[in-house]
Amino acid sequence: MTSGNAQAPPTSTSTPSSDLVAVHSPGDELVPGDLPLTDDDPLRIAGALFTSRLLLGTGKFADHRLMRAALIASRAQIVTVALRRVDLSRAGDGDVLDFVPPGVTLLPNTSGAATADEALRLARLGRAACGTGLVKLEVTPDPRTLAPDPIETLRGAELLVADGFTVLPYCSADPILARRLEEAGCATVMPLGSWIGSNRGLRTRDAIEAIVAAAGVPVVVDAGIGVPSDAAEAMEIGADAVLVNTAVAVAADPVTMARAFALATVAGRLGHLAGRGRSRGATDAAPSSPLTGFLAGLSGAGTTVGTAGRSAG
Amino acid sequence: MSAPPGLFAQELERLDVPGLSAAAVETSPAAVDGALARLAVGDGAARGPAGLADLATLLAPAAGSRLEEIAAAARAVTLRRFGRAVRLFAPLYVSNACLSSCAYCGFAKGLDVVRRTLTPAEVVDEAAILADRGFRHLLLVSGEHRLEVSPDYLVEVVGRLGPHFPAIAIETQTFSDDTYGRLVAAGLEGVVHYQETYDRSRYSEVHVAGWKRDFDRRLSSFERAAEAGVRRLGLGALLGLATDWRADVLALAAHADFLARRYWRTEVAVALPRLKPSASGFPPVVDVDDAAFVQALAALRLFAPDVGIVLSTREPAALRDGLVQIAVTTMSAGSSTEPGGYTTPGQAQEQFSISDERSPDQIAAMLRANGYEPVWKDAFPLVDA
Repeated sequence: MTSGNAQAPPTSTSTPSSDLVAVHSPGDELVPGDLPLTDDDPLRIAGALFTSRLLLGTGKFADHRLMRAALIASRAQIVTVALRRVDLSRAGDGDVLDFVPPGVTLLPNTSGAATADEALRLARLGRAACGTGLVKLEVTPDPRTLAPDPIETLRGAELLVADGFTVLPYCSADPILARRLEEAGCATVMPLGSWIGSNRGLRTRDAIEAIVAAAGVPVVVDAGIGVPSDAAEAMEIGADAVLVNTAVAVAADPVTMARAFALATVAGRLGHLAGRGRSRGATDAAPSSPLTGFLAGLSGAGTTVGTAGRSAG
Repeated sequence: MSAPPGLFAQELERLDVPGLSAAAVETSPAAVDGALARLAVGDGAARGPAGLADLATLLAPAAGSRLEEIAAAARAVTLRRFGRAVRLFAPLYVSNACLSSCAYCGFAKGLDVVRRTLTPAEVVDEAAILADRGFRHLLLVSGEHRLEVSPDYLVEVVGRLGPHFPAIAIETQTFSDDTYGRLVAAGLEGVVHYQETYDRSRYSEVHVAGWKRDFDRRLSSFERAAEAGVRRLGLGALLGLATDWRADVLALAAHADFLARRYWRTEVAVALPRLKPSASGFPPVVDVDDAAFVQALAALRLFAPDVGIVLSTREPAALRDGLVQIAVTTMSAGSSTEPGGYTTPGQAQEQFSISDERSPDQIAAMLRANGYEPVWKDAFPLVDA
């Protein structure tokens, strides 16, 4: 199948795809509407709209049923699956894909690829297996840090875009690399918060702020988000979405943790949209009325003086 | 003619592993506190000689009373790095023909046992049974017979199995020519060679004759394999061969660490098989009891957080079930150690007798019951079929 940027990404097989994919099937543990999803503020990726800004990974869970319950509790509408874990010969017989809730957009990833060429090979397998041209590009030659190789990631993005894929690249938190990936035609950039699986939070915060400031495509903070407050922080500083896996999968109660991340992501997004007040030092008092307000009472004062009182901005 | 010492052989000389092991015997409780505190961080920063000294401390008898704490720290590191997932693989013995005489091995040259080398077609038949059982990760095992299990034979077998198994590794004789590269081109992912013991003099005592007698050829084989593009390296020491088994654990840890640093694209896994009864009749010179064994694997996990730890069916079920929750990340299941043992059991000599005789499905069920996902497939084909 072909994939273009104007086309909505396919969803998992049980329900037809639609632009706003917020519906879970009857019988699932939670019903839509029990989370304050920001319906009037959709996330737009490659022409498709999503009300949830939390993406979930499917690795490291104790079992597929628990993973499924966590996915549902997270309200995630995009779920990434490692193609190296998918076994087409076992489809319907306990493969991970059988447990992704219906209506969720599948985002196959190239985890395990060490080079751009291996990523292309895997992506093509995924396109054949999952029927989607959507792919999360991961090129991680170092099995210890699983740090993305910036050179091979850029080269892989160019190869995959040329092959018709809609590419969401996991990348180093580097503002220039992010721009280069965007120029290469990627649908998002996905900079890491800290090493994948480390649960160490936004160690790359300054770089992510710079990426957000320059990006023309959605910025999805991927990797390292360890607790819900990390997700909220990423959203507050302007990330468009977050992707979480280990923090949910290895929590003592993954379902509750998934729900906590859903709430934190919404809270962070709302906090970003609301516009925060300027941060002050601990001993700085904030005057509640303009310091120069007295000027208005002085003789000869012009009508423009009132604009001095903007401190609440 | 012996091979020249490789890169790790030179490092091993500098590390003085027997000295570290001997010093650790005198370990005080306070030293255990310090070593555990440093290694329990689990960030892999405690490497090099200082990290090895800490590992020696945690291996020492004095740390035995702290086993529960060491295990808890190891469990936390394993969960964080590997998640609730255990990789499953199956050994496929392709041949028990052997030109090496190793005192402890049931395949040793000269032993009067029934020999068999599977044809490539018979290997495919064996593999089909393993595929039916769910396996997608295969380990092809043989004795050391460079004529019966030749490079051409292995290239053909790997090529024929490739379309059905995304992860194929070999545990055969070592190679000094371009064989590793040819096998990688055919789709090989991993190479397993156990050094058995890192003690040179003990090594030469038990490896009586044949290619395997060359300590340095064997020790440097991973360097050649990694240079040739092999993605996964499996190391091991056979506990019970050398009296100072802790020194072998230390050397194994140093070897894994050396390879992971130098060949940064490769994944490294280790195994600590304990010597089992075999047709050789060779008695272990030291008994590593279960508690000491668990202590060793947990301490290894803390020293090398990213290194896979493999546990085979030679260990009993209860021990395997317990160790999955502490340090082990890869297991075999339902194994036969006899060439042809899955299609035509009982027709050739097995290498050793297994202890955990549960079926792959039973192992998978055990993992799920313990809160772990059995991972049958965690790889993708590296070459086109």
